Amino acid sequence: MMLSLAAALALNTAVISLNSQCPPSFELTPQNQCLLVTRYDHYDSLHNKGVGGTKTALPKGRDGFSPQQIDLGRYLFFDPLLSANHKQACASCHQPSHGFSDGKALSTGSNGDIGTRSAPGLWNVGFLKKLFWDGRADSLEQQALIPLFAPHEMANTAEQVLADLASSALYPELFRQAFPLSTELDLSQVATALAAFQSSLISLNSKYDHYAHGYQQALNDQEIKGLNVFRSFVARCAECHTPPLFTNQQLAVIGTPEPEGMTFDPGAGNSPELSKLRGGFKVPSLRNVGRTAPYMHSGRFATLEEAAEFYSKGRGHAVPKGEKLLLHWHIWEPKLSPEEIQQLAVFLNTLTDESLMPVVPAQLPSGLPLPAELTTPHDHKGSTE
Amino acid sequence: MNKSTLTLIALVPLAYFAGYYLTSTATVAPVYTAEVSYSGSTSASGNGKKSVLNSMPTGTVHAVKDGQLIMDAVKAAQPGDVIQVWPGNYTETVYIDKDNIRLSGVIVEGKRPRLFGDGHLNDAILYSGNNIVIENFLITKYKGNGIMGQAGNNFEIRNNIIEDTGVYGIFPQLGENGIVEHNVVSGIEDAAIYVGMSDHIHVANNEVFDSVAGIEIENSRHAIVENNFVHNNTGGILAFVTPGLPIKDTVDVIIRNNWISNNNTKNFGAEGSMVAGIPAGTGILIMAADKVIIEDNLILGNKTAGIIITDHQNAPNTTLDPESDPTPDQIMILNNLMYNNGYDTITEAKVLLTTELKQGNPDILRVGGSNNSCINNPQQYISAGVGDWPACGFSNTDTIVNYLLDEPAAPRSVAVEDKGKYAYLGICTGCHAYTGRLIGPPVQVIQSLYMDDPKALADYIANPIKKREDYPAMPKQDYLDAETRKAVAEYMLSVKN
Repeated sequence: MMLSLAAALALNTAVISLNSQCPPSFELTPQNQCLLVTRYDHYDSLHNKGVGGTKTALPKGRDGFSPQQIDLGRYLFFDPLLSANHKQACASCHQPSHGFSDGKALSTGSNGDIGTRSAPGLWNVGFLKKLFWDGRADSLEQQALIPLFAPHEMANTAEQVLADLASSALYPELFRQAFPLSTELDLSQVATALAAFQSSLISLNSKYDHYAHGYQQALNDQEIKGLNVFRSFVARCAECHTPPLFTNQQLAVIGTPEPEGMTFDPGAGNSPELSKLRGGFKVPSLRNVGRTAPYMHSGRFATLEEAAEFYSKGRGHAVPKGEKLLLHWHIWEPKLSPEEIQQLAVFLNTLTDESLMPVVPAQLPSGLPLPAELTTPHDHKGSTE
Repeated sequence: MNKSTLTLIALVPLAYFAGYYLTSTATVAPVYTAEVSYSGSTSASGNGKKSVLNSMPTGTVHAVKDGQLIMDAVKAAQPGDVIQVWPGNYTETVYIDKDNIRLSGVIVEGKRPRLFGDGHLNDAILYSGNNIVIENFLITKYKGNGIMGQAGNNFEIRNNIIEDTGVYGIFPQLGENGIVEHNVVSGIEDAAIYVGMSDHIHVANNEVFDSVAGIEIENSRHAIVENNFVHNNTGGILAFVTPGLPIKDTVDVIIRNNWISNNNTKNFGAEGSMVAGIPAGTGILIMAADKVIIEDNLILGNKTAGIIITDHQNAPNTTLDPESDPTPDQIMILNNLMYNNGYDTITEAKVLLTTELKQGNPDILRVGGSNNSCINNPQQYISAGVGDWPACGFSNTDTIVNYLLDEPAAPRSVAVEDKGKYAYLGICTGCHAYTGRLIGPPVQVIQSLYMDDPKALADYIANPIKKREDYPAMPKQDYLDAETRKAVAEYMLSVKN
């Protein structure tokens, strides 16, 4: 007999079961894999790059994980067991209520250290070929473990993570369900499960998507005006934030300012031979961008309007004295009117869709409480078990 | 009545009114028929292909007259329709997010419909649909682009006059199978005609002048640029790989039979733009592109050089992109008529010539690496950097009429059942699990209610009413079209787990 996690915890028994169904937007195969299915499967894209216009296919997303791996990843994602002091989970900086970011300019580690970059939102992260603001990781699996062991983030060690998981009452059985062919629990399984869960964060049913698939009434006049400013060759937003994902997945040097008092962040151009990329960061997807304020790699801009205004203030206006940056060619001086900036913000809010929000676990397999930042009430949806 | 007589004897406003009256009653609307060739011809012309579309429009013709909005007709149009725009002034941005639309100006006694941006509108025409035709407009005074395509396939942009309009005159991007022909484009601060990240493109019989770049083929494959008159720009014809874009290469470009003269206009490109680094007086510029054939062009009076070939390392403003190959390989220069180029060239060019113990005014300059390139009859040109290139082994590209697709790029064909499946998994499963409570009731319960009546379910989801005390009201799914709603209802009633 299968028991719920809560009951299992209460009885301190290991007979619990991970979800055997795929999350929404995934189809279960006879091989127990979850394959992504979306309305964008109607379309193609040039060289399968997943960039184009309204009716363009997405880039290939990560899928093929089992339902159990995805569900195990969900527990791990919310479990502070993964941090050294058991106080911080992945979800501490990637909160469902903030588009899986944290609402802060710079993120805070489990020991209270303030980092140098803003936690990126995670919706549709399974489509990204490069991870982190500077694009230094090539896969979700590679990315997943780095914050666990970064001293200013979760500050853990591989040994402790494995020991904590192995000595937990419930995790060894959950790992056996998710990785039935493996004989022992290892770090790659942690990375795989976290990648599996993150690949399930799909947001593709916004008002914009309704419009893109052909329902003209989906956007009102102001929103349409914003769309046309967005893709105009004056604002040029869509040249890099290209539909349907609203990123072209390239690095770009745009020269945004850091918060007051913070030193210049070279981003991807952190060595002399990479000097052409100095100040370069990955173009972020704008899906659910209405939820992920503040904006840019170090959160300098509080609102979408401020972020849009940056592009209209002149090429290089915020580059520190003495910094020589090879600014992106689309950074120019579009001289957008205040109305156009407002329209851009209105349009960007049509990219909000949280209809496939995952369920936050009410109980964690470690028995630890959810991190405090996830239990404070907030004003919009996000359900718990 | 003789119209010129009327004009002579009448006051000007009256003449205008009378002229309008005459045209609006006497002018017959154009018909849209397939091309017909002169029957005496026995062999196919080099200009053989005139259309990338399979059929002539069959839908409704929406006539737009001066004083009306073109966008009102676009909104009303269905795929297959023609939007026929009569002479007049239209100050608006036209955007077409639909397939199979022909946006067709009507030219009456030399008067075209004029899209006028008034110096404050961004772009004149944006399209993201497939199978779009845009023809016969006069476009002027926009800030952004004249005509911009975002991912539409099978496009035809022809017979337009674009003057003093922002950044690009004509800019199809991320599409395939398109024709840009018989346009006159001038006064553009980047490229007059810019083909970006597109495949299977034909750019022919255009006049481009007084712009920073005449015609640019960038990160695109299988393109022919032929029979264009390219003059008085900063640079004439460009074939580029720009690093830092999602599509990484430019392959298979033929530049032939163009008249490329006096491209000596001072560079007025925006700071940091890729074209801002082009030296004034450049006829053809190849940057990092591969398999480019340059054949039978007239290249005259370009003061820096007739042809410049460069890699990324020697080009200004290029970023670092490990995924894009910085070297121009397989450049093939056949016979070209080159005369009076390089007469006021740049210092770097003189240095290059000196290193080869040459002097004079350069026709051809190559800087940086290049592999497997070739040149025919090199003795006719003054050149640097191509001395060790062998002959090409062929002398013309006559067998390649164009690189367009034989059949229009077809939309991915999606079976109706699959439409139902995509919508079910992508939308419904967010609230409905097969068994057990999610946000809405279980699919099993819905199946038992609607078992034999998918139509009722399809109708319900378009306009749901709150039925259950213990569940939230369902949001409307009316953004799904009727066919998809029916398909998704049938799919939902058929799923087994």
